[in-house]
Amino acid sequence: MTVPDPLTTLLPDPPTSDVDRLLARLGRTAEARELADVGHRTVDSPVGTLLLAATARGLVTVAYAVQDHEAVLARLATRISPRVLPAGHRLDAAARELEEYFAGRRRSFDLAVDLQLARGFRHTVLGHLRGIGYGRTTSYAGLAAASGSPAAVRAVGTACATNPLPIVIPCHRVVRSDGSMGRYVGGANAKATLLALETHEENP
Amino acid sequence: MDIVSPATAPPGPGRRSPDLPLPPFDRLVAEHGAVVLKVCRAVCGPVEADDAWSETFLAALAAYPGLRPGSDVRGWLITIAHRKAIDQHRRAARNPRPVAELPELPAAGALPGDERRQDAADLWAAVATLPFKQRAAVAYHHLAGLPYALVGELIGSSEAAARRSAADGVAALRAHYRGGPR
Repeated sequence: MTVPDPLTTLLPDPPTSDVDRLLARLGRTAEARELADVGHRTVDSPVGTLLLAATARGLVTVAYAVQDHEAVLARLATRISPRVLPAGHRLDAAARELEEYFAGRRRSFDLAVDLQLARGFRHTVLGHLRGIGYGRTTSYAGLAAASGSPAAVRAVGTACATNPLPIVIPCHRVVRSDGSMGRYVGGANAKATLLALETHEENP
Repeated sequence: MDIVSPATAPPGPGRRSPDLPLPPFDRLVAEHGAVVLKVCRAVCGPVEADDAWSETFLAALAAYPGLRPGSDVRGWLITIAHRKAIDQHRRAARNPRPVAELPELPAAGALPGDERRQDAADLWAAVATLPFKQRAAVAYHHLAGLPYALVGELIGSSEAAARRSAADGVAALRAHYRGGPR
């Protein structure tokens, strides 16, 4: 292709900010027209930047930076719908409640959730996880028993490790029977931070 | 006459397409958004470009789950943009209004030096004076990189005629073009 000089030198690509502005507008319009099957945004937190994603039904994913946000979005595109865009206002409430939680002003989340990414036993385990109160912990074995399958300790561990909504569904409140913390999708430091946050009472 | 919507595009949200590992839609915007905007500015004018861009990507979003893997995504997007440009062109022909002023040019840093910014302003103004077919041919081939065969399909010409339209457009731009690097 012959490229004429004035065109390429003088009609540069528009600045990224122009496209970003239009992309944000596209996200809002698509959400209003119910074309954004998955909306996403990020929030800053004491445990790093969190990716939030929601369908029209509710919050569908919370992901830590160590999970690789781009990879998480690619999986959502495959598993839910490729119509993935920056959220309009769909995630405002989730962002606000997380901010309140990290400020010590919120003990439970009052958000619509979409648990379509967790099926079968994992879905059951998530239901029981939601029953573990703020500042309390249980063991993997205890959670297995509560889920009606006392022998399924490993499966409970997997359900926690693949929890699509960490923090909001408090898998960080599950620790080992010997009292040690155990592994966590956001890393051991994140788990320690959350548990410490929930046991400090000076922020009523 | 709708040549852009894949036949299998589902009409509503929420359809799973596990067989089609399409990337998140916003990745398409990141990859092609700037080029589509450039084309919209050239073909629709700087004032209408934002709306043309938005309509293009909304239509693409609606059809996206049905897009066949391995499709030429840029060609697909430019094809949609062309349809939106035609619509806008027809609307403008029905309701002529005074030529709007050029918007502000990219902020400092996007282009090195005021002189080149001025040159760019001149060139955008010159693009606006081209007949629609020439503008479209220049934009689709030289800005978006589409082959003349596809450019011809879009503007309703033969490949050779599309090549001629683009060449005439570039010649006219060169004639308008004053100063700047050679």
